[in-house]
Amino acid sequence: MATTSIIDEDGAAPVNTAALVRARRQRILAWVLPIVTLSAAVAFWEFWVWYKAIPHYLIPAPSRIWATLLVDGPSLMQSAWFTVKLTFFSLLLAIIGGVILGALFALSRPVEMSLFPFAVILQVTPIVAIAPLILIYVHNTFAALLICAWLVAFFPILSNTVVGLRSTDHNLRDLFTLYRASPWQRLRYLLAPSALPYFMAALKIAGGLSLIGAVVAEFVAGATGANTGLASRIIESSFRNEIPRMFAALVLVSLLGVAIFLLTALASKLVLGRWHESEIKRET
Amino acid sequence: MTAPLIRLDRVRKEFGRQVLAVEDMTLEIKSGDFISFLGPSGCGKSTALRMIAGLLPATAGTITIATAQDKAEQDLGFVFQEPTLMPWGTVFDNVWLPLRLAGLSRKAAAERVRAALVEVGLSKFEGAYPRELSGGMKMRVSIARAMVTRPRILLMDEPFAALDEMTRSKLNNDVIRLAAEHGLTVIFVTHSVFEAVYLSNRIVVMAARPGRVVADLSVNAPWPRGEDWRISPEFSTEAARVSQVLKGTLHGDDIDH
Repeated sequence: MATTSIIDEDGAAPVNTAALVRARRQRILAWVLPIVTLSAAVAFWEFWVWYKAIPHYLIPAPSRIWATLLVDGPSLMQSAWFTVKLTFFSLLLAIIGGVILGALFALSRPVEMSLFPFAVILQVTPIVAIAPLILIYVHNTFAALLICAWLVAFFPILSNTVVGLRSTDHNLRDLFTLYRASPWQRLRYLLAPSALPYFMAALKIAGGLSLIGAVVAEFVAGATGANTGLASRIIESSFRNEIPRMFAALVLVSLLGVAIFLLTALASKLVLGRWHESEIKRET
Repeated sequence: MTAPLIRLDRVRKEFGRQVLAVEDMTLEIKSGDFISFLGPSGCGKSTALRMIAGLLPATAGTITIATAQDKAEQDLGFVFQEPTLMPWGTVFDNVWLPLRLAGLSRKAAAERVRAALVEVGLSKFEGAYPRELSGGMKMRVSIARAMVTRPRILLMDEPFAALDEMTRSKLNNDVIRLAAEHGLTVIFVTHSVFEAVYLSNRIVVMAARPGRVVADLSVNAPWPRGEDWRISPEFSTEAARVSQVLKGTLHGDDIDH
């Protein structure tokens, strides 16, 4: 477990039993509390729908959403898989494109000055406004959706990579100069590690954004074609007034978002846990 | 006498058109000298040091260092004002860096890295990360890193300015010991008269606006030094003499505290 303690000059840090017990209790609470509050919220929802006798075509009870999930499971899972693929491909492309372009920007001011306006324009123009055009020009629906999701997720990776690569400690840069580091050594041992915290922060943002981009693009595309994702299922269900299925698809979208968040948070912890302030737990 | 190890010949540094950081500095440094650049902030002492290290080009003049040609690694160690450690690397990784950049694998470098850590008394901490260490320990890692290539010249840029008095005097003794054991030539930048007098056998006093050398004093005391030197009456006399010279270089507007 990563904890911050100054090691005494004469030996190891003294083991503090009370602090260990407190830390363990904190870890358990970090899991128990969210589970308890979420369960309570769901229980209250169930109770309220029953108590007020709210019809299921307005607000379905959690039990009915669960039943719908079971019944429509196979077809919903197919849609979920479509959305998962879309999200992860767009995130992957955003990482590749963002890092490569970010490195180019960091290396060359003229390149940055020439290309940065394009990046900003793409970023500030709402994706719902561009998506219809992309769907017209790109015939393959998956490719069109991928472009939309990529556009949304790409910018944070790009801008954070640039800032990260530029934020290297200037004395460390001098040190590398003194020891005649090659450009490759400089990138490998100095620039990349310095940029890593910024990149991991961007990854957390871009992970969520790529899902949002995928869902928004699907909404614009509408429920067309054989291969459709969760968002198209939501629209389709709304046309048919199948409110429980809308909720069921929505639950899957949320679960996907939570999974992405947990995965990126875990990745950040694995990469930065040993050294970066953002991932180090302090003893209080 | 042998030829000087480092020679500065009318070295000049301008930043833009307005600022003259170092004005025509001429200096010869013998092998084995422990020399301090002493002066107020803005006197160009750090700039001069960075030019000698090759980190900053001189505007005019020449710097010659009689480096050993047979040495693959850097013959010059540099210790910055901050520890300047890579936070993502362990103590071992940080000390390994100069050798790693010279192409030595972890295994090939291990023995020398450990030897350097032993010399600064940190052999137990090779697996620790910088954030786990105190300020003084980080500085010792920084010194071990500078020493790991076994340089003949050690350049130190106000290395202990941010440390408390106790740690500072301990590290002063460490530097003296290292310099004596390895026959190092040290250039030590400081704004502390006492530190300069305690450590060096030669003090170059510098003044600001423009940055220039105003005096070149030698400190008459046995070498290597120990704690008894700090409490001797001769130490006070030397410190008073250097202070007097330094005071004479300050204009009214330079005294800001």
